[in-house]
Amino acid sequence: MGEELLETPDLSHLNVSDYEKVYEPREDTFLLLDALEKDLNVIRSLQPRLCLEVGSGSGVVSTAVARALGSSCFMMATDLNPFACRFTRETAQANKTHVSCVQMDLDSMIRMDTIIDLLLFNPPYVVTSSEELNQPDEDGSYLHLAWAGGLKGREVTDRLLEHVGKLLAPRSLFYLVVIKENDPEDILKNLSSQGFQGKTIASRKVRNEHLSVIRFCRGL
Amino acid sequence: MKLLTHNVLSSKCLKGVSVGYPLRLNATDIKVVDVDYNSEFVQRMIPKINYSALYDAAQSIGHHNGLPDTVAEDYEHNEEFLKAVHHVLLEVDIVSGDLECPESGRKFPITRGIPNMLVNENEVNEINDSNGY
Ligand SMILES: C[S@@+](CC[C@H](N)C(=O)[O-])C[C@H]1O[C@@H](n2cnc3c(N)ncnc32)[C@H](O)[C@@H]1O
Repeated sequence: MGEELLETPDLSHLNVSDYEKVYEPREDTFLLLDALEKDLNVIRSLQPRLCLEVGSGSGVVSTAVARALGSSCFMMATDLNPFACRFTRETAQANKTHVSCVQMDLDSMIRMDTIIDLLLFNPPYVVTSSEELNQPDEDGSYLHLAWAGGLKGREVTDRLLEHVGKLLAPRSLFYLVVIKENDPEDILKNLSSQGFQGKTIASRKVRNEHLSVIRFCRGL
Repeated sequence: MKLLTHNVLSSKCLKGVSVGYPLRLNATDIKVVDVDYNSEFVQRMIPKINYSALYDAAQSIGHHNGLPDTVAEDYEHNEEFLKAVHHVLLEVDIVSGDLECPESGRKFPITRGIPNMLVNENEVNEINDSNGY
């Protein structure tokens, strides 16, 4: 049984002032971790080799997955926030694993050769104006970009969804965090046209947010 | 940055760039680290990597020792080959230096092991910009 757990990584190397620079793990993070833990058998049976987390923040999710899958996979992460990249690397190190972090917009600098087996994204999903997506703000902070999602909270997510079929392998899994306002039904429809079957595998209502995790798969 | 990471990076999204691969690698600080060898992982990774890009990158920084310039034919059973690939993919760590787009010459600095490939909106192709900027 012990083997099937997705242990929550130790984050004691990060302090209060670090969370002024990167997104502190919250309900959405924990819902994603719970969903991945429940789905660990599905993930293991895919035998993913190349995994990618987009927008890794503190690195808690990529580190948990990297630890669970061990030397059978290579975990990469991206974030546009330079502190997130640094902390992701440190979180992995503090937990005796490795996450290879590259600072970039989404997956824009990854070769689009259907090579990623497992993709994770807890995006900025909050409904805001499009202007709030301008990066970074006057005092140089990236923190608002951790949650500001533009119209319907979909502007950032949609830029990834558009070409995810070219990024992901013929047999692959993709876990995405959404809220009700993002119109999950529309996202499911959208991705089915790229050959992905989607299913909501976890939901939680936290204060006024209806959070869900959708699992997309193809070739399985 | 591991050479496996280098192998999957491309600057194709830059305006006016048609292939953007492989990125040129300049390393000013390289660390060699120990990583657990998993023969099956390396075997299963071979079809995903661009082998000549890997070989060229390793050679350009002088870490191609023992690596043949093409994939060994019987690679699944060739432990010596798989170990050499393991070493180059995972144990050679670029701490600082830069990556360079082979077409535009745009440089991306690597600091503390992390490449910075964040570019301005006006540097990328429209297709990456569906949000109306
Ligand atoms: C909701 S937070 C999630 C952080 C972490 N994965 C977690 O679950 O706690 C979203 C993250 O995405 C990053 N992000 C936002 N827009 C991005 C973009 N265009 N490209 C890369 N990362 C982005 C933010 O900096 C932030 O770290």
